[in-house]
Amino acid sequence: MSTELRFALVLAGILFNQAATAAGSAEKGKAAYVQHGCWQCHGFAGQGGVTGPKLAPNPMPPEALSAFVRNTRGAMPPYQAAILSDGDLADIHAYLLSIPKAPDYKSIPLLNH
Amino acid sequence: MARKDPGPQVDRRKFLTGVAAAGAATAAATMSTPVTRAAEPAPAARVPSALPPSMHVAQAETGTPREPARVPGIPGSDFMVDVVKTLGIKYLPANCASSYRAIHESLINYGGNKQPEFLTCMHEESAVAMAHGYFKVAGKPLMTLCHGTVGLQHATMGIYNAWCDRVPVIVVGGNDMDAATRPPGVPTFHSAQDINALVRDFTKWDDTPVSLQHFAQSFVRAYKIAMTPPYGPVMISLDAGLQQEPMKDHGEKPYVPRYVPTAPPQGDSGAVKEAARLLAAAQNPLIVADRAARTPNGMRLLVQLAETLQARVIDQGGRMNFPRTHYLSAPPTAVSSADVILGLELSDFWATVNSYTDNAGNGGIGTNSTRIKRDTKLISISSVELNTKANYQDFQRFQVIDVPMAGDAEATLPALIEAVKAAIPNDRKGAIAARGEAAKKAYTEGKERTRAAAALGWDASPVSTARLCMEVYAAVKDLDWSLVASEGNVSNWPNRLWPMEKYHHWLGRSGGYGVGYGAPASVGAALANRDLGRFSVSIQSDGDLMYAPGVLWTAAKHKIPLLAVMHNNRGYHQEVMHVQRLSNFRNRVANYGGDMGPVGTRIENPDIEYHKLAESMGWWAKGPIKDPAQLGPALKEAVKVVQAGQPALLNVWTQPR
Ligand code: HEC
Repeated sequence: MSTELRFALVLAGILFNQAATAAGSAEKGKAAYVQHGCWQCHGFAGQGGVTGPKLAPNPMPPEALSAFVRNTRGAMPPYQAAILSDGDLADIHAYLLSIPKAPDYKSIPLLNH
Repeated sequence: MARKDPGPQVDRRKFLTGVAAAGAATAAATMSTPVTRAAEPAPAARVPSALPPSMHVAQAETGTPREPARVPGIPGSDFMVDVVKTLGIKYLPANCASSYRAIHESLINYGGNKQPEFLTCMHEESAVAMAHGYFKVAGKPLMTLCHGTVGLQHATMGIYNAWCDRVPVIVVGGNDMDAATRPPGVPTFHSAQDINALVRDFTKWDDTPVSLQHFAQSFVRAYKIAMTPPYGPVMISLDAGLQQEPMKDHGEKPYVPRYVPTAPPQGDSGAVKEAARLLAAAQNPLIVADRAARTPNGMRLLVQLAETLQARVIDQGGRMNFPRTHYLSAPPTAVSSADVILGLELSDFWATVNSYTDNAGNGGIGTNSTRIKRDTKLISISSVELNTKANYQDFQRFQVIDVPMAGDAEATLPALIEAVKAAIPNDRKGAIAARGEAAKKAYTEGKERTRAAAALGWDASPVSTARLCMEVYAAVKDLDWSLVASEGNVSNWPNRLWPMEKYHHWLGRSGGYGVGYGAPASVGAALANRDLGRFSVSIQSDGDLMYAPGVLWTAAKHKIPLLAVMHNNRGYHQEVMHVQRLSNFRNRVANYGGDMGPVGTRIENPDIEYHKLAESMGWWAKGPIKDPAQLGPALKEAVKVVQAGQPALLNVWTQPR
């Protein structure tokens, strides 16, 4: 596990404790992210695209994520608790937190033609 | 014209009876069962108009048709070939069918299989889409032949795409009209009163010629109508008897009318002046183009207009309208700050200035909102207004326009540019120049944001669509490349990041969004590019390829070089999202049935080995590539193969969008 990831998970733990929720598991979250179809519109790495905005790196805090996912009335179809549990959502947040920062585009030759 | 001797006059009824007798007699001999009806022709009056097809007759009809050794006179279909040749139609992609066997024979034997050259297709939809793709590169239409019933039924989706994309395709369907004389059985199943009815709602014109002279007029007329903006597909029903019969001499030789192109319609001069006045006086004018540039000159004119006004341009990408490298090139969001919007050949003006959100609002039908300021003035130049039909809804939602013009945008641009120049007062020139400076800044910032977004998920597996597109670009950038199709929604990266500047860099999309366009249209466009010495590359999606993968064989057979890089997200991804959306709205867990998306939407378990599929049809192929690091080297190899003249496919597993 990278130090960045470990740090991210620790941070996630702190945030979740503050919100009086159990800390999510990034590993379980990766599976839940696929199982609940988040990848469909946001990409497997949360990178976003025309169908949904990027979710990682630096995802929104867990309370905001939960509030958005459960209640949005915009372009994203909401997920209520009956179809996505609080536990799974916490894991998904942990997974998003674990996604490392993308390389700077200036360092990628293919993006600097 | 080739015809010197009009040939003997042959009565069609007698002629066909002779053919039937000869054919059936041969069949009877080979089947060693006497077929009494045909072996001894009964007097014409006693032959019923429609005989039930006996097993023997049906067998005879599905077998190889036998012609008499020699039909006296010049076949009518030879004259048809003479007509076709006057129009310089280079290729004829088609799936062979007995209802046009006579003109088929004339094309390859009498016509020498040149102008047009027959290209063997495995599906009528592929043939039409090849013609569709070809036109967008060559600017010249192709014709296709098909069975007027079952073949045309296959062709319809391709014709609908061409209709929506304003592309001329000349579709000719074989049909044996004379119920009293046509062979029973299969050929009668393959006949109809009015085959053209099937496509009348989405063709510009159709006809059913009943004489050779009529054919000559109809064919030239069909070509002319198809090629008058707004372009569109046309349909000719070709009677089997007319093709097969020798030419008759009624004292006059059939002549071939000369084709003279019709000048495209221009917007009304008063309306052009009013549009120019609004644009010249605007604080923040904006141009939106969809199918505005019909030719490379259309692009040049649009650049001229934009620079005169220092107005930003949103290219919706129905065609290559505006260089992506120009600082006035703007994203769709630019509509929000405009006070005057000029729409050029927009297929959907409503959605340009409004947005629709597919949410649970409005009792489940979604919500609408405006994207523009309250007093924004709207101007439209569209030739499609001259050619609207009622049934299919390609005219989209109704949008009120302040200055609507029925006319061709490209043809109207020269007058509009002059009118705008005349309308700009001297004291506005400073403000206009300042607008240009602001646009440059917005352009540079926008490009940086886009690049930063492309870097997200750069090393992910499966390969991100941004990585896919930029690896492909790196592999072709030093060639005279043409992106011939990019079906399958790769988050629009090529348009956002490739420095597209030439008309052939981008060819637009399918038009009607009928899936299955990408593969055959790419092959058709690659054919046109081959003749022009260009390198063709497509981003090929998985679902699209599987509608009619036989077109891969057609490309290999006719030596059409094409680099197809797959965006294989292993699903009908639009539908994956749709069904997920509905499941969420209804608060039900989407049933994935063991796959990664809702039942009925995924193409996995088993995964299709597209590389093997392509290889089996004569392509060089590699895959599945899941690691982005492997993509660059594979592309290098594939480019070399294509440069040597062979089509090549890379099966790349990708992110969904
Ligand atoms: C059918 C497509 C779709 C699916 C499936 C989907 N999303 Fe979204 N998501 C969107 C879209 C579109 C938006 C942008 C909505 C908006 O701006 O109102 C969005 C926005 C978001 C945001 C807000 C991002 C921001 O920065 O504002 C979050 C968080 C989010 N989604 C999380 C999720 C999670 C977690 C899942 C899976 C449980 C998921 N989404 C599944 C389409 C989708």
